[in-house]
Amino acid sequence: MEYAYIFIILACIFGFFMAWGIGANDVANAMGTSVGSGAITIKHAIIIAAIFEFSGALLAGGEVTQTIRKGMIDTASIASTPELLVYGMLAALLAAAVWLLVASYYGWPVSTTHSIVGAIVGFAAVGIGMEAVMWGKVGTIAMSWIISPVTAGVIAYALFMSVQKLIIDTPDPFASAKRYVPLYIFLVGFIISLVTMFKGLKHVGLDLTTFQAYLFSVLIGIGMALISKIFINRIKHEPSEDKDFHYTNVEKVFAILMIVTACAMAFAHGSNDVANAVGPIAAVIGIVENGGEITAQSALPIWVLLLGGVGIVVGLVTYGHRVIATIGSNITELTPSRGFAATLAAATTVVVASGTGMPISTTHTLVGGVLGVGLARGIGALNLRIIRTIFMSWVITLPAGAGLAILFFFILKAIFG
Amino acid sequence: MSNYVFRMFGGSPMQPLQDHMAQVHLCASELVTFFEAVIGQDTARIQEAQASVVKFEHEADKLKKTLRLSLPKGMFLPVSRHDLLDMLTMQDNIANKSKDIAGLMLGRKMVLPESIAPLFLTYVKRSIDAVAQADTAINELDELVETGFRGREVKVVEKMIKTLNQIESDTDEIQIQIRSVMFKIETDLPPIDAMFIYRIIEWVGELADLAQRVGSRLQLMLAK
Repeated sequence: MEYAYIFIILACIFGFFMAWGIGANDVANAMGTSVGSGAITIKHAIIIAAIFEFSGALLAGGEVTQTIRKGMIDTASIASTPELLVYGMLAALLAAAVWLLVASYYGWPVSTTHSIVGAIVGFAAVGIGMEAVMWGKVGTIAMSWIISPVTAGVIAYALFMSVQKLIIDTPDPFASAKRYVPLYIFLVGFIISLVTMFKGLKHVGLDLTTFQAYLFSVLIGIGMALISKIFINRIKHEPSEDKDFHYTNVEKVFAILMIVTACAMAFAHGSNDVANAVGPIAAVIGIVENGGEITAQSALPIWVLLLGGVGIVVGLVTYGHRVIATIGSNITELTPSRGFAATLAAATTVVVASGTGMPISTTHTLVGGVLGVGLARGIGALNLRIIRTIFMSWVITLPAGAGLAILFFFILKAIFG
Repeated sequence: MSNYVFRMFGGSPMQPLQDHMAQVHLCASELVTFFEAVIGQDTARIQEAQASVVKFEHEADKLKKTLRLSLPKGMFLPVSRHDLLDMLTMQDNIANKSKDIAGLMLGRKMVLPESIAPLFLTYVKRSIDAVAQADTAINELDELVETGFRGREVKVVEKMIKTLNQIESDTDEIQIQIRSVMFKIETDLPPIDAMFIYRIIEWVGELADLAQRVGSRLQLMLAK
């Protein structure tokens, strides 16, 4: 194939640019509830995000990457003209990255997932033909965008109610918190590691049976619970701090849980959103390396996931910390017990979606989780207008991503074709 | 660039509502000093106490306005916005009523007859007890949010409201006693003075009534 290296280099540049954008902007959304509840400092948030976004991308990012790469386009229809797919994927990456940049500049809450899916469907439908789009799969993805916030909302509601029942509404909430919080931490560790291992860690050289996956997940959960127990036991009950607000000491125990949950959220975000940037790169590399043939079986090169992970961390370090800092400087009524319920619900939903290869919006899922706690009468005030703006944004993002992708597609086609 | 997930969280109206009630309580409490001065017929102290009442009422007003502005439509709250704004108005009425009482008594240079003076002071104190109890109950709002308006905390608040109702009926009883004493001595008093004393008796009673209504509103919020 002509220009093979140029295509790969372009894909890497565009993809890295997009990953940078996700790290610069989207990570702050994922960490919003954690920093906002005051459980972790800005510095901790950045360290947690860097480590867990990266490991999420590397360990659990494979499935969604495959969906973005070849799940939405019927490659059979363009078997004779594989370069069209290369132009298209490059155009989609550029379109999504540019749209993210424009949206961030104006402060619009756009979803990276929606931009890239809109862009891919757009170039495929217009540039190749309506029959090139696997509408069934695209429909499932669109459905998952509605289901994921609802699921997170339901889980958050249930988690919040269980916290009320087991801890808050007991004669000694502080003692109950000390007893049950390690259990929740076990749950976080167990679910996240189970989903990650279930989807196989073959690409990092680990092949586990179902039994082994369960066993290791239980061990990881227990390990995390024991470590957190040490920290929880260090918390001393200070009756004087409960004078104005009776639950100050209890919330201190929840703060430990919130830290663990923040790690899970960063991991989940990395596992789902990094695919938006690396999926198209993988597609381009797949075609180019196979000498122009589109093969469905080609394995995902691990360095592509690495590139995405590094891109996110660079984005976070160069720009994202400023966005996170704006959260830290504000005071909210969001306490760790609520932040934990909303965030864990979102993290679980996102990780499960990642495991099944569904590209969903982390931000929307987190919003769903927060609303779930709000419906349980657990949050002092929620600004519904902001929520409406967030959900409206995807209605605009899909055509915008598609339109830009079509434009870039024809430009690339004119240059290289 | 801003963080949208974070911007979802509006400022909770609970703390400002509690702060407003604390200010109202402070304002009403000043009436004790005021009535002691009236009974002692210490003009300087009367004026001083009245000025304090007015000052505290102004501050409560400011808090009220800020809270109203911070509660635009489109806020999703754990209690109805309507109930919350109503509660704020009722709380504020307590401060207004305190200002009216002090203002009228100072303006008319009112003197309380010796035969009702001690009972009157008890009456004022008991009414302010009702305000204090309403303040205590309102102070549980942030705890109620923490507990999602259910469980033990609801029982704690319900008990507080019960006590508030008890205090209010105490003030009713004291009012009946004062009125019966007044009935005996009213012919000895200048008729217009007597009339105004009756009005003050009524207003002091209204302080407790208003406090009780704040409690009832809180009870409605629990039931939502």
